[in-house]
Amino acid sequence: MEIKNAVAGTLESGDILIQIAPGDGLQVELQSSVAAQFGRQIKAVITETLSGLGIDNAYVKATDKGALDCTIRARVTAAAVRATGKDVWKD
Amino acid sequence: MRYTKVVTLEEAIRKSGLRDGMTVSFHHHFRGGDKVVNLVVAKLAEMGFKDLHLAASSLSDVHAPLIEHIRNGVITKISTSGLRGELANEISHGLLKEPVVFRSHGGRGSAIASGELHIDVAFLGASSCDELGNASGCPRSENAKSICGSLGYALPDARYADHVVILTDDLVPYPNVPKSISACDVESVVVVDSVGDSSKISSGAIRDSKNPRDILLAKQAAKVIINSGYFKDGFSIQTGTGGASLAAVKYIRESMLEQGIKASFALGGITAHMVKLHQEGLIGRLVDVQSFDKVAAESIATDQMHQEVSAVEYASADHVGSAVHALDIVILSALEVDVNFNVNVLVGSDGIIRGAIGGHPDTAEDSALSIIVCPLLRGRIPCVVPKVTTLITPGKGVDVVVTEYGIAVNPTRPEIAARLEAAGLKVVDIHDLAAKARSIIGEPDELPFGDRVVGIVMDRHGKVLDEIHNIVD
Repeated sequence: MEIKNAVAGTLESGDILIQIAPGDGLQVELQSSVAAQFGRQIKAVITETLSGLGIDNAYVKATDKGALDCTIRARVTAAAVRATGKDVWKD
Repeated sequence: MRYTKVVTLEEAIRKSGLRDGMTVSFHHHFRGGDKVVNLVVAKLAEMGFKDLHLAASSLSDVHAPLIEHIRNGVITKISTSGLRGELANEISHGLLKEPVVFRSHGGRGSAIASGELHIDVAFLGASSCDELGNASGCPRSENAKSICGSLGYALPDARYADHVVILTDDLVPYPNVPKSISACDVESVVVVDSVGDSSKISSGAIRDSKNPRDILLAKQAAKVIINSGYFKDGFSIQTGTGGASLAAVKYIRESMLEQGIKASFALGGITAHMVKLHQEGLIGRLVDVQSFDKVAAESIATDQMHQEVSAVEYASADHVGSAVHALDIVILSALEVDVNFNVNVLVGSDGIIRGAIGGHPDTAEDSALSIIVCPLLRGRIPCVVPKVTTLITPGKGVDVVVTEYGIAVNPTRPEIAARLEAAGLKVVDIHDLAAKARSIIGEPDELPFGDRVVGIVMDRHGKVLDEIHNIVD
């Protein structure tokens, strides 16, 4: 699947900013205010969400401000839709 | 010419007989606006002192310059109620070789009074002072610049330190009365440009919240108080810092007016909310160890029924006459509460020190009813947990925990649970709150603590309660 640069989310407390760019394999760079306790979980949610959307090659930069998993999934999905042009909610 | 104690800071330090390895002390009444600690420690560094023990009533973000003085060996030991900002972060990562000793406000007062915490030289900022050393936190001239109100946390230092230096930015003619600190306890007076920025007193932990969740929590806390069995004419109350606990006062006021109930006194850090209730005749006396905002500082300057108390008179466990023993209700905040009702207000869930003990354990233990108000989660950080990161207030002193997901009552207080249930409040098991938090955020990984002890938490009776370890990135 072809990928363009795309962004979703904000830097508000409780949210996460997801930036997607073309990449080789799935690469996630995470900055998080709760990295010590939840970094592993957050990365797992990001990669699982992308894989579920059929995206196996992308570079993701995630800046997390304590978002819950449901928020992370929503932001990653929105960024993926913008990056691929494939609207998973419609198509 | 009349006798004067006014000297330069350098002369005051020389005169004090301060030597390497001694203990210097400070108060934190200017909170985020304090200028005394940085000014004095910079001078001590310039004069070549080493290996000093800094014993402050508390430290905050503004004290980041201490990092350099620690690196240079000027300060090698710290005692305080709290640490915030970059200094706290560095210390959490192991900046100081010796662990920081954390005490509650009452615990510090007791330790100073008993001699366990011996102060060689106290450097105390004052809003006004005469040339003989009668000092006050109140304005006494049109030149007054930095107003802090109560000097309660400085009073044990003034009384028990071997040598006392007052720093002031408003030298007024003798006699500066009414005084907080007596000239008889003071050796030197130093005039400086500014002792503190009053506008920054209500910074740090104190904020007036517009957050809808805080308002919900405040309303719930007010309902707990009103139905607790302790809400009757002549009751006494204290509120801690934190948006929800401060806002709860507003909602209690409505019920006081409706039911014709008046409080005998409000204690502790006094805020504008408390002053308002006092001026309306709803609270008889204000017993003020620390004025939390400008309104409180102005009130204590003019109102005889608004009285200053020292940290010892406020919350000492060793003195049965201290005010907390007469306290009915206290509302407090928390970083974490665990399933045994233990509370942490000092160390963040990331393992980094980011708070202050304050009067939390003092008031929780001695009050008739202690209520902790905290949200279930702050972002992804849980506030109700299986076990607190650091133990500050033991659960036996904590009676009720108010969250937006329900109210938990300590099983040692079944009569309170019954009253709240009868009033239609949602009383839940604290284990269910902890489980609810986990179900939303998942299972957190263990914090990367190292082997070094960077902090020791003393309980208010002078025993070691817990240790804080360094955090490894």
